[in-house]
Amino acid sequence: MAYRQVKFYQTGSFAVGGRLLDTPERTVQSGMSRTNALTLGHRACQGCGEALGARYVLDAAMHATGNKVIAANATGCLEVFTTPYPETSWQVPWLHSVFGNAAAVGSGIAAALRAKGQTDIRVVAQAGDGGTVDIGIGCLSGMFERNDDVLFVCYDNEAYMNTGVQRSGSTPPAARTATTEAVGEEPGNPWGQGKDMPRIAMAHEIPYVATATVAELHDLEYKVEKAMEYRGARYIHILVPCPLGWGSEPADTIRLARLAKETGIFPVFEAEKGEVVATSKIRSKVPVEDYLSLQRRYAHLFKPARRDDVIDAIQDSADRNIRRFGLLGEA
Amino acid sequence: MLEQIEGSKAVARAVASCRPEVICAYPISPQTHIVEALGSMVKGGELKSCEFINVESEFGAMSALIGASATGVRSYTATASQGLLFMIEAVYNAAGLGLPMVMTLANRAIGAPINIWNDHSDAMAVRDSGWIQLFADSNQAAVDLHIQAFRLSQDVSLPVMVCMDGYILTHAVERLDLPEQESVDKFLPPFEPRQVLDVDDPVSIGAMVGPDAFAEVRYLAHAKQMQAMELIPTIASEFRSVFGRDSGGLVRGYGLDGADTIVVAMGSVLGAIEDAVDELRGAGIMAGAIGITTFRPFPISAIREAIGTPARVVVVDRAFSAGMGSILATDVALALSHQSVRIYTVVAGLGGRAITRTSLVHCLEDAANDALEPLTFLDLDHDVVNRELARMGKDRRSGPSAENILRDMGLPGSG
Repeated sequence: MAYRQVKFYQTGSFAVGGRLLDTPERTVQSGMSRTNALTLGHRACQGCGEALGARYVLDAAMHATGNKVIAANATGCLEVFTTPYPETSWQVPWLHSVFGNAAAVGSGIAAALRAKGQTDIRVVAQAGDGGTVDIGIGCLSGMFERNDDVLFVCYDNEAYMNTGVQRSGSTPPAARTATTEAVGEEPGNPWGQGKDMPRIAMAHEIPYVATATVAELHDLEYKVEKAMEYRGARYIHILVPCPLGWGSEPADTIRLARLAKETGIFPVFEAEKGEVVATSKIRSKVPVEDYLSLQRRYAHLFKPARRDDVIDAIQDSADRNIRRFGLLGEA
Repeated sequence: MLEQIEGSKAVARAVASCRPEVICAYPISPQTHIVEALGSMVKGGELKSCEFINVESEFGAMSALIGASATGVRSYTATASQGLLFMIEAVYNAAGLGLPMVMTLANRAIGAPINIWNDHSDAMAVRDSGWIQLFADSNQAAVDLHIQAFRLSQDVSLPVMVCMDGYILTHAVERLDLPEQESVDKFLPPFEPRQVLDVDDPVSIGAMVGPDAFAEVRYLAHAKQMQAMELIPTIASEFRSVFGRDSGGLVRGYGLDGADTIVVAMGSVLGAIEDAVDELRGAGIMAGAIGITTFRPFPISAIREAIGTPARVVVVDRAFSAGMGSILATDVALALSHQSVRIYTVVAGLGGRAITRTSLVHCLEDAANDALEPLTFLDLDHDVVNRELARMGKDRRSGPSAENILRDMGLPGSG
């Protein structure tokens, strides 16, 4: 059981009516005292899932620690759109070094805080999927195995968006990117590749691993606050739709994040010391086509000729997630 | 306190006396004994309030130090050769961010061919990174330079690399004067940077700087190096007043009185060079030597002042730039551009080849007679390279050099 499931939703949108909840059950985001760790004025695109995710995460982490958070940030969209010198959108001590080292920089900050006896101050390291699963995986795996006291958050938009939508190790099969174009006999990203980073994190048997999306704010905040209760290495992998890279409507960011979960494409779960302890059940299962058809990165699956073979294969992999994590049934 | 001790262990003791708070360790020869000794001091409780991190790579080591230094603690690591190259992105980053820290570079060749022995190729690969680079010519200098490096690093807010010749210094056991803790504490004030990652006063460090301000930041990086140039002699003189011996500084002269043939070099080879100078002087050749202790910032004025107006300068370099020649000689030539002087370059000691006094003396005799080639590779086996060059002249197929030599010699395992 991840958190107390709220049973009332606004018609059609599934958005939880915050005003209907008692104050303690409302989200950090809906509160007057939210810190806006990532505040206004930044230069993210309309509908940016990563900007939402980062604010949700850091505000929740600050809420959980009495505002005692230091952030280390990998190179990527999040770094570029938040800190065009001399401006910054961060209201939290924040350090960007290079692309592949956010986890190690986080380890160094945590070590410095230990040396100074300031262990009440906590460290969040954050990166996109490239900075996590590809170029950053060495430092991240090291931080995990040493069990350094760092929460690492991956904002996964499934490609290198900052450089113009190139394939990463997190890009799903068949998706079009600038380096896996929708041309040839097997258009888009090849099958049988890619990394499942949450399960790689679990293999390190670190105290806490969770996945989340920007669609379920209560769930996301619950996981960040829970992660801050642990000492040692923690990992949260958040699906953050990217209108630019996915070819989706900015207004559909939350809808797509929700559909990723409701189709089974993105399993939402928690694990402790390498074992899954809770899963977010699918409320009403929808076919993957509903998710794919809203994104131009999958447009080649629908025209000029419909590729039922590929759509079926994506459905199969979603169904495998549903079986593997037991995503159907009572919460 | 005099003690018979290995160079690496002495450096570890010197570093420990500077009270570092975060140390990153990743094994690579020939620096490994340094971090091993420090790890043992931290684990044994001898070095208190210090976090010792066994990182997963040199890139991780430098990255963790970036985080630690930005959080306001004194930070240290050691590396060599491939390790330095593996961390190079973070090496530039630490300098660009102006983060104080000290790193020992146990100088070692860079592959391919893989070679674990000494030369200065690694240090030269990062000479433009913005780090201050100091070269130790002895283990006593290595010990003393580390203590001065921590001071310099926090005074100018730049990372400092102390270069010491791998094996030749790191593994040499000799009698050294190790600093007393009390004296180090007197010499090295607490580390209190102006701006750190502080939850009570949040700042963003490492923002994206565009064309409107990038040149100014880079200019200041240069200006800070120039400030370091001013500070290094001052720090050396304070060091003398606390520890009672000469150490550090920009350059060091030997036998310069009336010298018309002056050798310029860095690192442990200066010992052999001084012996060669003595021998040449004995034979009536007016030789002298200048050791460069501070390579970055490059002490152009100090070299000009020390060198006077010799007829010729012989630069002995333990590294070189393929397609160009000596790296050190290029810099020395700039320092001497105001005067008319013949400059000879001797590339020596690559990949750990011993630089013998006999070879040096022959070479310098030739130089004194102006019979030396402008670029000489000391003790090069000309037969081997000429054979390979002849083959390449006939056959333009590609292939790795070391393996090609074996193949042509018909040796087993050569394909």
